Amino acid sequence: MATILEDSKFDAQRELNIVGTNPVKHDGLDKVTGRAKFGADFFLPGMLFGCILRSPHAHAIIKSIDTSAAEALPGVKSVVTRDDFPDQPAGSAAGDMTRVAMAREKALFDGHPVAAVAATSEAVARRALKLIKVDYEVLPHVIDPVDAMKPGAPILHDHIRTKGLDEPNDNPTNVTERMVSKMGDIEKGFAAADFIVEREFDSKPMHQGYIEPQGCVAEYSKDGQVELWCSTQAPFVYRDRLSAVLKIDAAKINVQQSELGGGFGGKTGFYPEPIAIQLSKKATRPVKMVLSRGEVFRGTGPVSGTSYKIKMGCTKDGKITAAQGELIFQTGIFTGSMYFNAPNAMFTRYDLENVYIESFEVVSNRPKVNSFRAPCVPQIVFGVEGVIDELAKKIDMDPLDMRLKNAATEGYTTIYGETLGPIGFVETLEAAKASDHYKSPVPEGQGRGIGSGFWFNRGGETSTSMNIAPDGSVTIITGTADVAGSRISIAMMAAEELGIPVDKVRITMADTNSLGFNRVTAGSRTTYSVGMTVVDNARECISQFVRRAAEIWDVPEDAVVFENGECRPAGQNAGNFEPLSIADITKQTTMSHGAVTASTSMNVTGAGPGFGLHIVDVKVDEETGRTDVMRYTVVEDAGKAIHPLQVEGQYQGGAVQGIGWALNEEYVYGEDGRLQNASFLDYRMPVTSDVPMIDTVIVEVPNPLHPFGLRGVGEVPVVPTMAAIGNAIGNAIGIRPRSLPMSPPKLLELIDNADR
Amino acid sequence: MVKKAHVTTSVNGDEYEYLCEPGQTLVDVLRNELELTGTKEGCSTGDCGACSVMLEGELVCSCLVLAVETDGKSVETIEGMAKGDDLHPLQRNFLELNGLQCGICTPGVLIAAKALLERNPNPTETETRFWLAGNLCRCTGYDKIVRSVMAAAEEMRGA
Repeated sequence: MATILEDSKFDAQRELNIVGTNPVKHDGLDKVTGRAKFGADFFLPGMLFGCILRSPHAHAIIKSIDTSAAEALPGVKSVVTRDDFPDQPAGSAAGDMTRVAMAREKALFDGHPVAAVAATSEAVARRALKLIKVDYEVLPHVIDPVDAMKPGAPILHDHIRTKGLDEPNDNPTNVTERMVSKMGDIEKGFAAADFIVEREFDSKPMHQGYIEPQGCVAEYSKDGQVELWCSTQAPFVYRDRLSAVLKIDAAKINVQQSELGGGFGGKTGFYPEPIAIQLSKKATRPVKMVLSRGEVFRGTGPVSGTSYKIKMGCTKDGKITAAQGELIFQTGIFTGSMYFNAPNAMFTRYDLENVYIESFEVVSNRPKVNSFRAPCVPQIVFGVEGVIDELAKKIDMDPLDMRLKNAATEGYTTIYGETLGPIGFVETLEAAKASDHYKSPVPEGQGRGIGSGFWFNRGGETSTSMNIAPDGSVTIITGTADVAGSRISIAMMAAEELGIPVDKVRITMADTNSLGFNRVTAGSRTTYSVGMTVVDNARECISQFVRRAAEIWDVPEDAVVFENGECRPAGQNAGNFEPLSIADITKQTTMSHGAVTASTSMNVTGAGPGFGLHIVDVKVDEETGRTDVMRYTVVEDAGKAIHPLQVEGQYQGGAVQGIGWALNEEYVYGEDGRLQNASFLDYRMPVTSDVPMIDTVIVEVPNPLHPFGLRGVGEVPVVPTMAAIGNAIGNAIGIRPRSLPMSPPKLLELIDNADR
Repeated sequence: MVKKAHVTTSVNGDEYEYLCEPGQTLVDVLRNELELTGTKEGCSTGDCGACSVMLEGELVCSCLVLAVETDGKSVETIEGMAKGDDLHPLQRNFLELNGLQCGICTPGVLIAAKALLERNPNPTETETRFWLAGNLCRCTGYDKIVRSVMAAAEEMRGA
């Protein structure tokens, strides 16, 4: 039988009743009344509270840990250190993960966990932490990745040898990997250029900034079964990684996801969860752990900082002939930044023939970076789009026309080898050009900028089940976490397929015992992939309805059609029987045949790439260096907006996260290697009064491989934001900033030193 | 061990009698002693607004108030906003206009917005934005939050 991946093509003629409307989210009512249960909202009888002791040093050998005084404190039920975690070799995947959770040989960053306590109350646990004595031998540290690459820099891990060198060597280093990505002939490309621009850029790490700190409850039962309730984007990935790190069979670990109070990539990997499990094992009682905001900043996330060069050339008439990059990514203390996304995505959207990119990933004494929407791409697009604007200025071309002239179209083969199908980049650019915002004059005293961005969009391993109740209502079980309201979009696609009202469909977020493996919610994969499996579920259920209706009527199956939520006799039987609704069928047949159900597990392919263009007007106060965003428009291809308000929300949220990254957000370290701004007061995210309304234009160029034509929309909205704001500031003050964030002190310095 | 204090607080019109440590914050008691977990804790320093509640009719961050300070006083939380099945117009407009995504900031935003509309039934967009500047949201970009509040204000003025 052909799978849905082969036979479920987009049908432009199909009449849609539910897809494209805006029903109220099914999870909404609990969220506006305070009933929704997030990571910190779960309680068990006998539950203890766990707290973590963290290293005050950026780099130090842990010579010994004395926990005896803490253990003796009344109310303390367990204390764990490195000795309570299975030994995993340094440099292996499990070895790095276990060392993220709990320091072993060395404390490797300010905030690195070194011990933890479970006690009858949080207050007792905190008192106990103060009684733990850690003997450190402080070592020289390195925070900046460029410094970490220099000869003589402190070597942070004994095992790292740079992968991907032309001439491999056995020298210990902080550079984990070098990667070269190329197409065409870069020298020939620059030789064909009339104008060349080469610039250096840098960006600082920013935090994902979810408002809900990590929270979990773990219970290790006597028979070795682990129950874990936690806030996660990846219940199945947590289970499998916990299995590897703690050496427990995956089938003995059941992860139940709570409602997720924001993640944006930051909850794709665990932090307190393995500690809570080990504390529970030792105490033989359930343990709850909730990180403080300071711990979230010091110990989780953030995204990669970068240092890079971009060089591009174009002809007099605006054709880009060559594009080159040299990129350095800070990955924190362990590898895993996903830096390879950058060379694959940074220029992709332009019809380029000659490209050469050399990328490096470097460790330093910071927390290991974690994913954030379009990992490692937006901070590089900030530079790429700046260079394109500079080239456009040199040839006196409208910046949008420059992008249109070079836009990739169907049939273009990307640097990562994919030949693009029907894509919506040209349509997106044309929609931007036709927008009120772009057509309006730039207000006096302001600057306007644009930026464009691309994301691959993802599919991946997805399992869902559908159960039809005897009354005809529908339960769907999904295991790919809902991070922002994907449940309603998925319920809508199921309802559309089944021809029933969306209110007849309810989605349950599964624990890991209930379904096959689901990949992490990341890369704009969830609505796309889960949509694919529930349409497959629905079609399987429909075939069962048809079979049962044929039996009730005593006609052949091919004499029954399913339309608009009911089975009807067709062919020569047409009109001979009253149509049977889903409820009519299930009411009559569930007793005799059992329930109508379907389960689908597949590795979903065919995600259509997404493209966006942002337009922004800014005003820069040249006395203070403060930038105000005055007007903002996001134009992006959604393929098909299943729930347009949800799609707009993705566009708007991505843009405002990017505004924070563009103007304020950064990790600030002192000479001592300690993080200096680990609070929302000192790490300033955008607040309501910082931003205007974010206008949106949803472009719909259907993805031909999806039954409803959709493309993921989670990543692209943040990709061009800092680029567009950088270009707008450049046009406002006459010099284009090249360092993120473009905070007031940096802009003042630019303005003061500018030769304008 | 510090001796616990005996405190009586009215929460959403119900009298709660409880024991708490003198250093325990109101948000801690609401969530962990009274099991009213609708109020969220995002930072414990008064910067994110997720723990917003009304204390004697004033908007406060419950992480910056000690529970012992609320002895004999009245507190309103998100759990008291709807009257049975009747949603407050703010709650209904947040649902209809999609003023929430993940929902972690939503209880605090709703409490703060209700406090705004009690003082100013006809706020401008700018007034709404400045009033809600103490409530961080990382998902929505604030656009649909501001629209939901202003739509609720309009509905309440018409009612």
